[in-house]
Amino acid sequence: MAYILNTDDDTREMLRAIGLDSLDQLFDMVPADFRLDRPLDVPPALTEIELTRHVGALAARNASVEDRPCFLGGGAYDHFIPAAVDQLAARGEFYTAYTPYQAEASQGTLQAIFEYQTLIAQLTGMDVSNASLYDGGSAVAEGILMALASGSRHGRVVASGAVHPEYRQVAETFLTNLEPELVTVPCRNGRTSVDDLTAALTDDTAAVVLQQPNVFGQLEDIEPLVAAAQDRGATVIVSVDPIGLGLLKRPGDFGADIVTAEGQALGNHLCFGGPYLGILCCRESYLRKIPGRLVGQTTDREGRRCFVLTLQTREQHIRREKATSNICTNQGLMALRASIYLALMGPLGLRDVAEQSARKAHYAADRLAEVPGLSLAFDGPFFKEFVVRVAGGKDPARVLAEVGRLGFHGGIAIGRWYPELADCILIAVTEKRTRAEIDALADAYRAALSSS
Amino acid sequence: MLKKDQPPLLFETSRPGRRIAVAPPLDVPERPIDDLIPARHRADTPPPLPELGELDVVRHYTNLSSFNMAIDANFYPLGSCTMKYNPKRNERLAALPGLAGLHPYQDESSIQGMLQLLSELQELLGEIAGLPAVSLQPAAGAQGELTALMVAAAAFRDRGERRTTVLVPDSAHGTNPASAQLAGFQAVTVKSDARGLVDLDDFRAKLTDEVGVFMITNPNTVGLFDPQIGTIARWLHDRGALLYLDGANMNAILGVVRPGDMGVDLMHYNPHKTFSGPHGGGGPGAGPIAVRDDLAPYLPSPVVGRRDDGTFFLDHDRPKAIGRVRAFFGNVGVLVRAYCYIRSQGPEGLKAVAQHAVLNANYLLALVKHAYPVPMGERCMHEFVASARALARDRGVRAMDIGKRLIDYGFHAPTVYFPLIVSEALMIEPTETESRETLEAFARALLAIAEEDPDLLHRAPLTTPISRPDEVAAAKRPVLRWSPSPVEPSATSDRGPRTVPSF
Repeated sequence: MAYILNTDDDTREMLRAIGLDSLDQLFDMVPADFRLDRPLDVPPALTEIELTRHVGALAARNASVEDRPCFLGGGAYDHFIPAAVDQLAARGEFYTAYTPYQAEASQGTLQAIFEYQTLIAQLTGMDVSNASLYDGGSAVAEGILMALASGSRHGRVVASGAVHPEYRQVAETFLTNLEPELVTVPCRNGRTSVDDLTAALTDDTAAVVLQQPNVFGQLEDIEPLVAAAQDRGATVIVSVDPIGLGLLKRPGDFGADIVTAEGQALGNHLCFGGPYLGILCCRESYLRKIPGRLVGQTTDREGRRCFVLTLQTREQHIRREKATSNICTNQGLMALRASIYLALMGPLGLRDVAEQSARKAHYAADRLAEVPGLSLAFDGPFFKEFVVRVAGGKDPARVLAEVGRLGFHGGIAIGRWYPELADCILIAVTEKRTRAEIDALADAYRAALSSS
Repeated sequence: MLKKDQPPLLFETSRPGRRIAVAPPLDVPERPIDDLIPARHRADTPPPLPELGELDVVRHYTNLSSFNMAIDANFYPLGSCTMKYNPKRNERLAALPGLAGLHPYQDESSIQGMLQLLSELQELLGEIAGLPAVSLQPAAGAQGELTALMVAAAAFRDRGERRTTVLVPDSAHGTNPASAQLAGFQAVTVKSDARGLVDLDDFRAKLTDEVGVFMITNPNTVGLFDPQIGTIARWLHDRGALLYLDGANMNAILGVVRPGDMGVDLMHYNPHKTFSGPHGGGGPGAGPIAVRDDLAPYLPSPVVGRRDDGTFFLDHDRPKAIGRVRAFFGNVGVLVRAYCYIRSQGPEGLKAVAQHAVLNANYLLALVKHAYPVPMGERCMHEFVASARALARDRGVRAMDIGKRLIDYGFHAPTVYFPLIVSEALMIEPTETESRETLEAFARALLAIAEEDPDLLHRAPLTTPISRPDEVAAAKRPVLRWSPSPVEPSATSDRGPRTVPSF
């Protein structure tokens, strides 16, 4: 049997020591009428060679971002991952450990998380980061719960319509069984207007959720939006792109109260959507309501610096139903990868990644706008992602299918989220893309539009 | 462990001018950045991250890793966490570019292999649970609990029923009441009886018409299978309420008994426990849920569907779905490893997992129970909870002291002080992947410790780089990040301040 070390002799000896004759007797606490009287209906065991062949064949039926240049974004991005990230995170001492409950046996993980918390705080300009959440979507929901727990307002949560639709769906799902309503501010020309936001705010609005750059890649005029929300006493939650912070203004500098992010782009593989990394950080005043693990610095009995899980009275294993969140296992390995990534990038490396992504995205936008039948949907400044409109009533899904056939992951049809943008495609460009790939993408769109 | 001193923080190692990542020459026309992104959106300086060389980073993390205990190096009997061996083959397969290199919004035609794998996993988990409808979306066990409770809430709403209460045993994981609260229910605790099982009298007294769900962990956190589960399910169903199973302990019953066959309506799995996903130093996990067929419409979207022509698709067209609990499909990398594990085991292998997990736990129990009494049960399932109560009373040695001392013997500590219903609890889960020799060595260590000088035990561990951190100080004056200190020049460096750049 795979991975079981007991030999038949061991099994006999061990049963004898317990005072039993058979393995079946181990389960005599389980009522007989519930016990399964047949083998599970699952396929027979595969050896390592067979499994490798089988899973390899399944993998071969997919076209990965290594098979086709990837221009897909929408919260998950094909940024370059340095080899050292994979090599270091593959150390069994990291990935086969668990939550560092025993500080003396876990200083490696604890120091790495403390450094992660620092790196995220430095990157965002915020006071405090937690040890990670599941993903960028649930991080927004947890940010909302924090805002609700931090004040006495429970009537309303206002989200910009340019916040990633799946993040808003997560927030909506979380709020379904709770008191506040989620109100969405529609966006105009791909951005959120201060007037529209202000109109949605009420005296019992607990939180406002914004995204910078927003889901269309557009840069919001963020400071007036933040000010408008805070003037009405709402907590401002801003979801950001951590790569963008190599170049863009830090949320701590534009006044955000709680900052969330999808941290996948920091050294984590795309993996069809997960495991990713939920980043959550905040101003110090929200500290006692922060969800999930926190690592703090202290000293041991001989005065040596060390690190421990701390402020655990916020957490479910102590507070149970009064906890700030139900989260237990989080995304430790992804946070480790993000830390290694940021350590490898450094200030100038991250700035280059952000700047090259932005420059290549702008080049791509120019080239695609030259393609007959395509135009840029919005005219505001953008970072590394932009929306093109397909003219002539052509179905973006069919255009994308043809672009795919020509060898590209060419974009995301956003009509699935925005019916009013049913003719639009979201395109992301990272520093990995080359001018040749971008030119070829434009050619593929040209061909697809002339044929479909 | 050759090294004794923990490495300095990354930030303390930073040297202005060191650099690793360099972008290739820009191959698109270079325009002034102001033309692309107006200055008001840009930061004035690059982010204040440390400046390091590649060998700095590699040594830093390699050395840090040596300050961890981990399954690859140590027996790790952390009760309730199922720290079993994480097969290397699963790591290699999950990292295949054809799986790890898929973007979540790729066109369906380009991910048919992935969707087939996930579709098969839905079926495998349904069969193992005896509950056919599966959602792979939840990112961890706690999120699975929350999702399942939201599914239940949606079903009650749909039926026009108002059910406000979720019952949770006092032996349950803390996530259970926390999830109940978050799903909009009031969590009410049901007592355990002297045997460590659900106190049926208390359960019956609290089973009102307001009760929507009872969350049971079976085998429970004391390591016992609660044979009353059939009665519990019947009473709940008679009142229109649902039975939820916290699947944290599925390792004990794989292929032996299926939750659906004993009346469970909804459950979650912890693939990182039961199906050998590495725990990652605190995640990632995954928390797929399996539910009865009639609850399937409420599962979050999307689920993987199969068309008549054999192709697979992501089914978003499910009007009664509760929505989403996270973005994108789920923690797919963890799910791929679970798939690899289940396919490696087959039906006999899965049952053997449960058999040997329970055998190992009972064998270890038999070796130590004369020195470490187990208040609830002479026998156990996959884990047992010993009590250091007598040691604490007679010699002043607490569960924590024993756990810390085990580290000196090269073993990770068991879970201590949980479940809450056993005083001075030591919750020990050896798992099926440990050998008899390891169990015996661990037992010898436990027995030796019971005889050791209490003063020594209070100071344990004695062989680790640090010992007995001051947790009270950590919580009282939280230091949750390194901060650049402008007034404190480094005493150890004559090469300028060790700090991150300020530009």
